[in-house]
Parts: sequence; structure tokens; C-alpha cells
Amino acid sequence: MAALRALVGVKRVIDYAVKVRVRPGGGVVTDGVKHSMNPFCEIALEEAVRLRERRLLQEIVVVSCGPQQCQETIRTALAMGADRGLHVEIPAPQYDSLGPFQVAKILAALAKKEGVSLVLLGKQAIDDDCNQTGQMTAALLDWPQGTFASALTLEGEQLTVEREVDGGLESIRLRLPAVVTADLRLNEPRYATLPNIMKAKKKKIEVLKASDLGVDLSSRLAVERVEEPPQRQAGVKVETVDDLVGKLKEGGLI
Amino acid sequence: QSTLVIAEHTNESLTPITLNAITAAKRLGGEVSCLVAGTNCDKVAEELSKVQGIAKVLVAQHDVYKGFLPEELTPLILATQKQFNYTHICAGASAFGKNLLPRVAAKLDVAPISDIIEIKSPDTFVRTIYAGNALCTVKCDEKVKVFSVRGTSFEAAPVSGGSANVEKVTAPSPVGQSEWIEQKLTKSDRPELTSAKVVISGGRGLKSGDNFKLLYDLADQLHAAVGASRAAVDAGFVPNDMQVGQTGKIVAPELYIAVGISGAIQHLAGMKDSKTIVAINKDPEAPIFQVADYGLVADLFKVVPELTEALKKK
Repeated sequence: MAALRALVGVKRVIDYAVKVRVRPGGGVVTDGVKHSMNPFCEIALEEAVRLRERRLLQEIVVVSCGPQQCQETIRTALAMGADRGLHVEIPAPQYDSLGPFQVAKILAALAKKEGVSLVLLGKQAIDDDCNQTGQMTAALLDWPQGTFASALTLEGEQLTVEREVDGGLESIRLRLPAVVTADLRLNEPRYATLPNIMKAKKKKIEVLKASDLGVDLSSRLAVERVEEPPQRQAGVKVETVDDLVGKLKEGGLI
Repeated sequence: QSTLVIAEHTNESLTPITLNAITAAKRLGGEVSCLVAGTNCDKVAEELSKVQGIAKVLVAQHDVYKGFLPEELTPLILATQKQFNYTHICAGASAFGKNLLPRVAAKLDVAPISDIIEIKSPDTFVRTIYAGNALCTVKCDEKVKVFSVRGTSFEAAPVSGGSANVEKVTAPSPVGQSEWIEQKLTKSDRPELTSAKVVISGGRGLKSGDNFKLLYDLADQLHAAVGASRAAVDAGFVPNDMQVGQTGKIVAPELYIAVGISGAIQHLAGMKDSKTIVAINKDPEAPIFQVADYGLVADLFKVVPELTEALKKK
């Protein structure tokens, strides 16, 4: 079997544990806030590393689109086991309007340029919560898509994907090349070990611009406003089950 | 101006979130049509033709729509769009809609908008970001606006009183890149999570999957659906289709009872629009109490069975 290569997208986002605050002037506070790799991207990368460990993949190329700091995210990916990195540098003003559609165009162009058979992505980023990039990358490439994956089996050119759907699970079979997006239960990502972090420093990160790939970054979506959601007021504490039942009865809820 | 709603269904019946998407479509103004694609879906088309406010139901039947694969549905939607020139295309923000709509949008060369909670005008939508910690108003200048609709943010359209025309559309030739194999749905006699009037969810505090029986017993008294926090799913207590939260299901029932759930941001994102929230947790500092209407600081293993008993006597 010909050895396959995979492209894995890794997005730099505000760390999942940070309580995000809306900035009075618009947007959310990002300065001095801890950032890390989007958790779903970590799962996608882990899956790629496992496929390579089983010798089903030959090379893992990771890509991140955004400002200079994305290289830290790429380094983390290299320490987790990716072979080389691509940083599509997008300067701050343009980065503000960068959406999943523009990223999908970049990923599709890179998938062709790098000759990969598999694009592995997270199912959604925990900042914009869009859940679109994988589907759109697949569309632009005219490849099949296995979204919300909870298990992958690769046999020759056949990829079986178990997917998380609303009522449970479903299985589909895709012909490679394909795009897969990772859901929570696909795997548990490893931590980068110190020796691997040291080794990752020697791995190569190539820096490109969107224009090198012929991708136009203009967007026809504009954010008009970002605001705080209405806050819920804490209610009352009840002492006993009977009190609770009483309150619920009063409210006509039971 | 006209809108196409992509109907989600099982060939047997319409999936409820489609009715919420229809309401959103009607709010835009202009004519609303629905597209039903399936293997044997005449029943669904008939059901839809009675829903209020729909002008036309388009039906495409072909074996290739088995499993509702996006690779096969997309060319059909593109052909339909070419024929009727809709200004808007939408569906419910379910696993089906989330999987399909971005693929359609990219093929139309437009950026889609996910999971909208409000329509300000035909080109301006509100959606949540950062697990519901911020609301984002987006203006869309695309030639076709493609969006998915959060079911809990729009009422269901009335299922009677309508009289839409039903028209057949021809299915484009199969793409054949993907194949649906099987479905393993979780069997349950309880109401479906996203449309239940009462939802009881368990978290890490339940300690094991077996202990969820306490919640099922309580749910049986309240005709409730049972959900779980991501922590409970991660710990392997229950399957992922029970997850309520940012990356699971969004619910907004009349009554939400959170049991042994601390209230992580990403869980709150999935349930804080519930009308009344009850929290049961032994830790008085748990953040869930900050959003609960009624908080009970107690050991769930003691009070949940007590509550079940109290409701039996009622």
C-alpha cells in the first residue's frame, strides 16, 4: 500500500479554562489571556499520530493560520508527534475578519499542494463555535467528509468512520482522499514529553502567506457587535426535598 | 426574497427541529419552501404540506439518499437552488444540519452562519460564541444566505392548517464517494432531549454509569429526558448523545434539574436558557448555583431517591 500523508489543522484559541470577558469596545479580551491549541484539534492530531504509529500514515503536516504566535501552537503539535509545520501568516487586522470559509480555502489549497490523502481537523473551535471548516474544506476539494468522528478504521483506500449523531452513532465508509473532523471520544490526546519538546525545536516550520496559495482573504461577513449575554440571577437555596417540591408545585412545574 | 428549508426527517416522520427552522425562515419574510430528500419520504412530504406558512414542498426520492449523506444531498440542493434562486437556505442546527449546510455554502461560494439564535433583519443574525459567553451580531452580504437555526431559540411552526403544493424534483446522478453503513441509535422510551419539557442531567457527581439509574427513576416520574455533563461523558458514564453543552446538545426546557454537576462554562452554554433551573450538589460553592432558581446543597445519593418518592406520592 502506498504510504499516505495527512494534513492536520491546529487552531490557537483562548484556553478552554479561561472565563472569556467581552471588551466594552467590542470583541473579547485577548491580551494577557492564556491561549492554547483548540481541544478538538488536539484530538485530530492525536489520531493522526496514532495512525502513523500503526504505519498507516507516512507523514503528518500540521498547519495553523494566524499571527506569529500560532508558531507556538505548531511547536506544541510538533512535540506531540507531527513531522513538520506550516504557518500561514495572517497579520492582525486581516486575522480579525478571518473566518472558517477563508481557512477552508487555505486548507484545500495546501491539501492539493502537499498531495495529502487525509485532512484531519477538529469538529469545531471553542472560540467561534462555528463547526464549519472541515465540511467546507471537503466541499472545496470535492472530497467526502466524515464529521464528528468517534472512531476511524483505515484499510487501503477505504476509511470507515463512526460518527456521533443526535440519537447515537452511525458508520459511514469513505473513499480516500477524505476530510475527517474529530469529536470528543475519538481518543485522549497525549501530553508532549520533555524529550519530544526538545526534538520539536529542530523540526521545520515553513512560513507562507495566503497569497502564495492564491487564496483571497476577503470576507462578506461582518461582525457588527459583540456583547455580553443576559445574565441569569441566582435564585434561592432550599433546605429540604419537601421545600423543593413545594417551590416546584407553586411554580406549576410539577 | 425566498427561503429554502432543508427538512430533516427519518423517512417516517419529520424531525422536530425542522419546525423551528421553518419559523425562522418565516420570520425573514418572503416565500418559504421545504426540500425533503429521502428514500421513501412521501409521508414526510404530506406531513410538511400541512405545516403553516409553507408555499411549496419539494420532494426528491432516490436510494442514494439512504443515510442522508452530505456528498449526495449537496448536488441536489445546488440543483434546486439553480432552479429557484432562493435568497436564503437554512436547516436546524442538529448533527444533520451542521454536517450538511457548510458543504452546501462552500459549493455556492458563500460563508455560512452557524446556529443562529435571532434574526435582526434578512441579512443580520445573532449567534453565540465562546460557549455562550458572548453574543455576536453578524451582517451577511453573501448573495445567498446559508444558516443553521438553534431549535430552542425559535418556536415550532404549527403542524396543521397549511396547504402547500407538493412537487417532485429530479435527483442528480449519484456521486458515490461515500456509503452509509449502519446506525446504532440509543434506545429510550423517554422523550427526546432537545424537545423535552423537563430535562434531568447528571454530572461527575454521579460517580458511575450505573448510578444514572437514580436519574432515570426520577425522570420516569416527571416524564423527563435524561442528559449529562461533558465530564460524565468523558468519564465514560454515559454515551455522548446525552451530552448537554457547548459541544453537545443545546436544551431549553421548562424545567432543568442538574444533579451532581458543578456548572462548567461549557455545560452552562447548553442549558442556561431553561425556564427554571434546579441544582442539586453537595458543594455549596459550585458555579451551577449561580444560575439555579432553586439550589439544594445536599448529597444527591440521599435526596434524589427522596425526590422520586415525594413525586410518587403526589
